[in-house]
Amino acid sequence: MTPGFADPVADAQSCFRAVLEAMSRPGRVQSVRGVTAPAPLCDAAAAVLLTLVDHETPLWLDPAAEAARPWIAFHTGAPTDGASFAMALSLPDLDTLPTGTDEMPETSATVILQVTSLTTGPAYILDGPGLREPATLHVTGLPGDFASIWQRNHALFPRGIDLILCAGNTLTALPRSVSVKEA
Amino acid sequence: MDNPRSARQRWMSVLARAETDRLRALLEDQAPLPEYTVLRGPEAGLVMVRGRAGGGGAAFNLGEMTVTRCTVRTETGLIGHAYVQGRDEKRAELAALTDALMLDPGRTDALERQVITPLECQQEQRKEERAAKAAATRVQFLAMQTMRT
Repeated sequence: MTPGFADPVADAQSCFRAVLEAMSRPGRVQSVRGVTAPAPLCDAAAAVLLTLVDHETPLWLDPAAEAARPWIAFHTGAPTDGASFAMALSLPDLDTLPTGTDEMPETSATVILQVTSLTTGPAYILDGPGLREPATLHVTGLPGDFASIWQRNHALFPRGIDLILCAGNTLTALPRSVSVKEA
Repeated sequence: MDNPRSARQRWMSVLARAETDRLRALLEDQAPLPEYTVLRGPEAGLVMVRGRAGGGGAAFNLGEMTVTRCTVRTETGLIGHAYVQGRDEKRAELAALTDALMLDPGRTDALERQVITPLECQQEQRKEERAAKAAATRVQFLAMQTMRT
């Protein structure tokens, strides 16, 4: 068991700001600090969990990340009966996660996905709100047919899943409003 | 105290009521204390205290209470928790450390004899003194009722 944020208030605020920036400028890579993650999570994923997840937000945890469960349970107190958030090491089947309703789209799940890299790998062209011009994002660790999986999710708007991609101590986000094409 | 959970509950409750200076003094005699890292806190928060009318009625919210909690891990990997009344962070930290040390089989007996039991005796004694003072002002309604008839 390792501690959470070194400075719980300031680090959580700076991580929240990083997630906010990432959501409002999809694909722009942000960095976070202040936490030493338990294996097998990366620092950014652990920081996002500490920042966004608490006893009011049920968390689905990837069975592959089971080793981190005691740490997550201790520091967040998140229940496991549902999925406001999903912490995944590989992209889960988005159809099994809540996408919200037209009246309450905010009840959908946010997937925190740990990937290998946000600077190398296949390029994706992002377009949508928050982007003056289409942006390019390189990600290693997404499934080969990610663009078509994402377009199905994007088509559900205003319903749909939001995705936070984490690698090392960096993160970026793909809100449901953004469209993704392979470059 | 056969059940390990109730044994731990007992010493945690004694530690939660211990005074900072007294606990610190008692722990100094237990040197050398292991190094430890703080996993969480010490942080103050509010806890809703609930009660039952007459001890058996429906639960109601009595009021909120300030509580400081702390969790530490010793270098040997033992994890101790403490929740203490008030805002004294050092008190919560010392109580959490003592809880972790109590989980070390090599230390349990010495700590039980030299820390937990003295604290418990002192707390019992205070409780009795307070109860005796209160008892002195007790009004015997039963006697008044008997007088009337």
